[in-house]
Amino acid sequence: MRYAMAIDTKKCVGCSDCVVACQTENNVPIGYCRDWVVEVTDGTYPQLEIEIRSERCNQCDNAPCVRCCPTGASHVTDGGIVLVTQIKCIGCGACITSCPYDARYPHPDGYVDKCTFCIHRVKKGQQPACVAACPTKCMYFGDLDNPNSPVSEILKVRKYKTLIPEAGTDPQLYFLI
Amino acid sequence: MREEIIVSGRNNNLIDPHLHIWHWQIPLYLFLGGLAAGILFFAAYFTIMRKENKYRTAVRIAPHIVPWILVIGLLSLLLDLKHQLYFWRLYTTIRLESPMSWGAWVLMLVTPLSFIWSAIHIKEIFPNWDWKYKILIELEAFLSKQKIILAWIMGLSSIVLGVYTGILFSAFNARPLWNTSILGPLFLASGLSAGAAVVLLLSKKHKERTVFARIDIGIIVVELFLIVHMFMGFLASTQVQIDAAELFLGGPWTAPFWIFVVILGMIIPIFLEVLELRKFKVPVVIPATLVLFGSLMLRFIISFAGQESRWLY
Repeated sequence: MRYAMAIDTKKCVGCSDCVVACQTENNVPIGYCRDWVVEVTDGTYPQLEIEIRSERCNQCDNAPCVRCCPTGASHVTDGGIVLVTQIKCIGCGACITSCPYDARYPHPDGYVDKCTFCIHRVKKGQQPACVAACPTKCMYFGDLDNPNSPVSEILKVRKYKTLIPEAGTDPQLYFLI
Repeated sequence: MREEIIVSGRNNNLIDPHLHIWHWQIPLYLFLGGLAAGILFFAAYFTIMRKENKYRTAVRIAPHIVPWILVIGLLSLLLDLKHQLYFWRLYTTIRLESPMSWGAWVLMLVTPLSFIWSAIHIKEIFPNWDWKYKILIELEAFLSKQKIILAWIMGLSSIVLGVYTGILFSAFNARPLWNTSILGPLFLASGLSAGAAVVLLLSKKHKERTVFARIDIGIIVVELFLIVHMFMGFLASTQVQIDAAELFLGGPWTAPFWIFVVILGMIIPIFLEVLELRKFKVPVVIPATLVLFGSLMLRFIISFAGQESRWLY
């Protein structure tokens, strides 16, 4: 099993509903976020091209945050999801520094927090909060090992890219282009 | 032209607008750890070489400050943690892939060793010291007999400690400035030269001072060589590492790095120490303090500038 997410940059309008859905679902403290929206503008007016991306932890296959964690609090769980065990985390910040995507943040309670692909919802057969809330239905979530999952289906027919693959992290967040 | 903005208002404290998760605590600790490694290394080396009497300050006097600086370093490390009450979790696991885990365990070995070394040489500082209890006297006598074995363990573990202070940074490929294996030897060299500077400061024997001034000059030359090598490596590497080098070659960290670390911390001390070896009267406190200052600044500047360097995004 290998959970992954594909996000259609052609359909995303950057409304930030995914961000709010995540903050609500996961009780993210005010002023922090586990996912965010990036808007890239290329060119000079009037020849402008825009790409909107909803970003979060890339749940890397080769996760530097898991490698550098001195206590084993950062770990990979079923389906390749990278999680933090709160009572094992000492808040040293090594994982935050090790992430080329800056996807982790120090929770005010002391431990380090990040996107979990809403594993608590996925276990119940639901979709992650961001995917469920997306009004343009531009996000696809599922198991890459299952050829019929929504994410596998869409990656078969669309061109995609990952973010900073040259960092060697083997990211599992796919952006359809 | 390309413009990227985070439109959802991501403003995670200590991450945005640029990463600054490690403040003064980490570089201070790395400096103290490196300094401790340097002092212990020389103590161990001259003990193993059976030159304890010739280099009395290096072997018997300077190591007395190591337990103190390690304790201050560990306290500063503890202050850096955001989940402080859970610090003991470091010692519930050994994670070979994590430099921080290595560091925690090496300190677990070096800190008690430094206390033991200080204890068996306590009479050098307090000639009338009395351990009072029979068991302590016997223990001291036993440990004193094992001095060579202790010195070997201390020498080797101090090298691991010195290298680890650099590897801690270089293991992070997400921060291109840190992602060079030269940081390991560079920080080890910086720690050794700081250790030699402390011996220079404390030594009252001219012969010992001359030898340590020579050692210090040699190590600083190696450091300069490593720094040049580091920049050559960056400039011949990928765009992210070229950008990282630019922070020091015209970027915002140019003046602090070249003035504080290279000129004040390396070139002027070499110059003054050479003058002293040529029999000019130079108060030893000046080059030694400058070396310590440069070593501290190296940790601070690499730590802070590294957190500003990042992948193109």
